[in-house]
Amino acid sequence: MANAKRKNARTAVILFSVAAGMLGLAFASVPLYRLFCQVTGLGGTPGVEASAPETATDIDFTVRFDANINSGMGWRFKPLQHEVKLKLGEERLAFYEATNLTGRTITGTATFNVTPLKAGQYFVKIDCFCFTEQVLKPGESAEMPVSFYVDPAIYEDVNTRDVNTITLSYTFYEQSDADNKVSEVRQPLKAAEKG
Amino acid sequence: MANAADAHHDEHGHDDHYPSFFSRWFCSTNHKDIGTVYIYVSMVAALIGGAMSWYIRLELAEPGIQYIEDFQFYNVLLTAHGFLMVFFVVMPAMIGGFGNWFVPLMIGAPDMAFPRMNNISLWLLIVALAMLVISAFVASGVGTGWTVYPPLSNNVYHPGAAVDFGILSLHLAGASSILGAINFIVTIFNMRAPGMTIHKMPLFVWSILVTAFLLLLALPVLAGALTMLLTDRNFGTHFFDPAGGGDPILWQHLFWFFGHPEVYIIILPAFGIISQIVSTFSKKPVFGYLGMAYAMAAIGVVGFVVWAHHMYTVGLDVDTRAYFTAATMVIAVPTGVKIFSWLATMWGGSIEFKTPMMYAFGFIFLFVMGGVTGVTLANSSADLVFHDTYFVVAHFHYVMAIAAIFAMFAGWYYWIGKMSGKQYSEGWGKVQFWVFFVGVNLLFFPQHFAGLAGMPRRIPDYPDAYAGWNYVSSVGALITMIGTLMFFVILFRTYASGAKAEQNPWGEGATTLEWHVPSPAPFHTFEDQPDMSGKAPAE
Repeated sequence: MANAKRKNARTAVILFSVAAGMLGLAFASVPLYRLFCQVTGLGGTPGVEASAPETATDIDFTVRFDANINSGMGWRFKPLQHEVKLKLGEERLAFYEATNLTGRTITGTATFNVTPLKAGQYFVKIDCFCFTEQVLKPGESAEMPVSFYVDPAIYEDVNTRDVNTITLSYTFYEQSDADNKVSEVRQPLKAAEKG
Repeated sequence: MANAADAHHDEHGHDDHYPSFFSRWFCSTNHKDIGTVYIYVSMVAALIGGAMSWYIRLELAEPGIQYIEDFQFYNVLLTAHGFLMVFFVVMPAMIGGFGNWFVPLMIGAPDMAFPRMNNISLWLLIVALAMLVISAFVASGVGTGWTVYPPLSNNVYHPGAAVDFGILSLHLAGASSILGAINFIVTIFNMRAPGMTIHKMPLFVWSILVTAFLLLLALPVLAGALTMLLTDRNFGTHFFDPAGGGDPILWQHLFWFFGHPEVYIIILPAFGIISQIVSTFSKKPVFGYLGMAYAMAAIGVVGFVVWAHHMYTVGLDVDTRAYFTAATMVIAVPTGVKIFSWLATMWGGSIEFKTPMMYAFGFIFLFVMGGVTGVTLANSSADLVFHDTYFVVAHFHYVMAIAAIFAMFAGWYYWIGKMSGKQYSEGWGKVQFWVFFVGVNLLFFPQHFAGLAGMPRRIPDYPDAYAGWNYVSSVGALITMIGTLMFFVILFRTYASGAKAEQNPWGEGATTLEWHVPSPAPFHTFEDQPDMSGKAPAE
């Protein structure tokens, strides 16, 4: 009887640890999912590299630009060019312009993705205003640069060979005061992504 | 131990020594009493959830707005209907109710491994049910659908505490089920009668074992995701909020990693019940016993790697969709094995059409219907069109709602003699079956047509073009309601004036151990475990 109880307790402890492990996995899925999106370009997540390849190809490609702000944020945000024509593998610089229309200083961060979503892994950013927070004083206006290239491998992949235009899209979100405290924690992570 | 007890009581007094009313039903540690309470909780929740669905069908009977003018209230109704039916009707009845009652009996164990933990599971569930009902009366209620997708479920679109109550309710229900699952696994692994090997257990016990593992692996993931949603709503985190670098799609992945196994959690115990009944009333052992057992295990395993077939429209790339389509179709193989084996069990059997067997037939018919539309929906290219239409509603109601309800009715008619000591009225049981069968098919079959014509789900109003089939569907809901009320009349009559049930009312086909104890099953059973060595599987 005592033996049977010990055996039951041992089995129960094992099963409790399995449940606890699954709970841990649920939380571990957050960084894992982020990593997975960056590696595979899932959901149109662009890649990040330090520099463009040495030689560009002679294949024509078009990149279009899209700008959005989250509802209620008092900024004007627009691309300074609607599209650029470039060669696959060629590094380019493009600019957005943001203006603070309100009477107070606002900190914003931009999220980004590209469409078609399947082209995400072939759109590579070298540097971007979206890697850091942007602060605009009342009425201030700023040009925000992004440098990028399109990986020529997009032409080798049968799933993406039909793509000759990519749209790069940004959405600016206002950071609340509470978020600013959180952002100190997040900042090193962003730096790590950049590297 | 039984010998020591016999020194103090005579045999009769020992088996029938019931505690006082309050200790017996509120502080119970007896697997049979806990199972009984689970079944009653399930019936109460079924009436609440059913009333909500009938109100929804009343509104949808014709185009325009008749009864539900507040659309958020409509959303609250359909959300609560989903939560109630999944977490508080099907799971308590099949796992908590029949599982608690018959797993120990079928394996020849005196009780569950942890009787007090069993009681905690029961009362956590009852508190969870109360929380869910409260959530409907707080702020504007939970109008998120049972999937609780952000951003709709975040604090911008659902301010107030309603969603927080809902989350707490699911946390408690989840904790209840995890404790219950651990209890079942330990009981089945460690407390089987001598000679009752794993490969001799009745298929119902197998189904509960596989279900318990699914609960153990899937529910903690839901708990984690719900916790993230709770902190997103209240403590400024950004797990699912793009403004802070989160992603609402992550919620969908986590939810469906739990949600898909959840549909097997609902249907696997039904498979177990149907296997027992088909075998009993065909007077033959189940065809392909091992194949049946491992088909359930295979469904459980594959069920964990198909979740994104609920998310074909979120922008997965073509290779990912191809994988999830193929993996989903693979599930049709073990399910096909089960359908084949049930039919092969009946083949050449001396079939007796008692009410439980009719419900088992009904289950197989409904499950095949839902399975066929399931294979259709598994195709990602086709699903892009069907997504969020009534075709999906018809599919999942066939396969996991009414099929599960049929299995629960089958189980109730099959075991009520053993549970209460009174036998139901066979004639009225059959009438109730036919009313219910006609009702649910009239209710859900036309929804395929409405869905194929493009009618979206979760809307209180619709274009006139969909009026015809919606009217038919609502008439079906009315007939289903009559069938449901008939069931409660039969239940009442069984308790009030049912004939005394024999130890084994079903004859030679009923071979499992619960038919070897008197009806109603005594308060304590199998304190001396039976020796099953050398006996055939599931005997």
